Amino acid sequence: MALNPDFVARTYPASAPYQVGREKVREFATAIGDSNPAYHDVEVARSLGYADVIAPPTFPFVLSFKSMGAAMFDPDLGLDYSRVVHGEQRFVYTRPITAGDTLVCVSSIDGIRSAAGNDLITVRAEISTEAGEHVVTTYGVIVSRGTADAEKGS
Amino acid sequence: MAAQVRYDDVVVGTTIPSQSFSLQRINLMMYAGASGDFNVIHWNERIATSVGLPNVIAHGMLTMAEAGRVVTDWLGDPGALVEFGVRMTRPVAVPDDDTGALLEVSGVVAEKLSDSLVRVDLTATSAGQTVLGRAQAVVRLA
Repeated sequence: MALNPDFVARTYPASAPYQVGREKVREFATAIGDSNPAYHDVEVARSLGYADVIAPPTFPFVLSFKSMGAAMFDPDLGLDYSRVVHGEQRFVYTRPITAGDTLVCVSSIDGIRSAAGNDLITVRAEISTEAGEHVVTTYGVIVSRGTADAEKGS
Repeated sequence: MAAQVRYDDVVVGTTIPSQSFSLQRINLMMYAGASGDFNVIHWNERIATSVGLPNVIAHGMLTMAEAGRVVTDWLGDPGALVEFGVRMTRPVAVPDDDTGALLEVSGVVAEKLSDSLVRVDLTATSAGQTVLGRAQAVVRLA
């Protein structure tokens, strides 16, 4: 296998707290073209029962991506980033990320395997408030295209 | 924190309003900036094609975000989403022209669960081909 299997079961310590800013939430929602007022308008968000604007459901990936960066760019893992595509992603929510949250993210590499000539890395991130309230768990599969050893792939 | 759709008003097979999304290079740039994912395959055609991709491709997470909008627009309150997952089965190539790629997303209630939860299955296609697999959302209805 081209990727270093020693990375399996590694857990990365809680990230530096991530401050969820109202304008960042709006910027992200605008980038995906989503005008849902819950993402933009504080009064609408409050009328729905939230403390402030909430982030779109795929926003947690921004935190997990940042948190996993250290592993993905670690030369010892052996990942060529231009060969990387995203294979799968899943979120399990306790509640939406909300502007004003201060969140910590603990990431793990759950597995590295080969399939059809590709290397697949399974990652998980637990996102909680500093006080320990669970907000969302993200599960992802990162695919390194065509890098698996020939005898194991194709 | 409640969906605008009532659990009692849906059955297995109820369709949710489908939508089409235009993905152009500018959208990939905006998504790169907002998300922090600056992988060159999303903005550099020279490198994207050199590693065997058909063109610059959309971030899988951008495709997922658009698929999710079909569900959250139906719900009204995006916080009614309990679980959301997809497989990125085919890259969405985004040519350097004035139209980009068209992503079409539809959804159907596939299963009614307990506690006012239902599972919605989504279909996402671009250029006539399915681009997401096992695209499913579990949502809490009113």
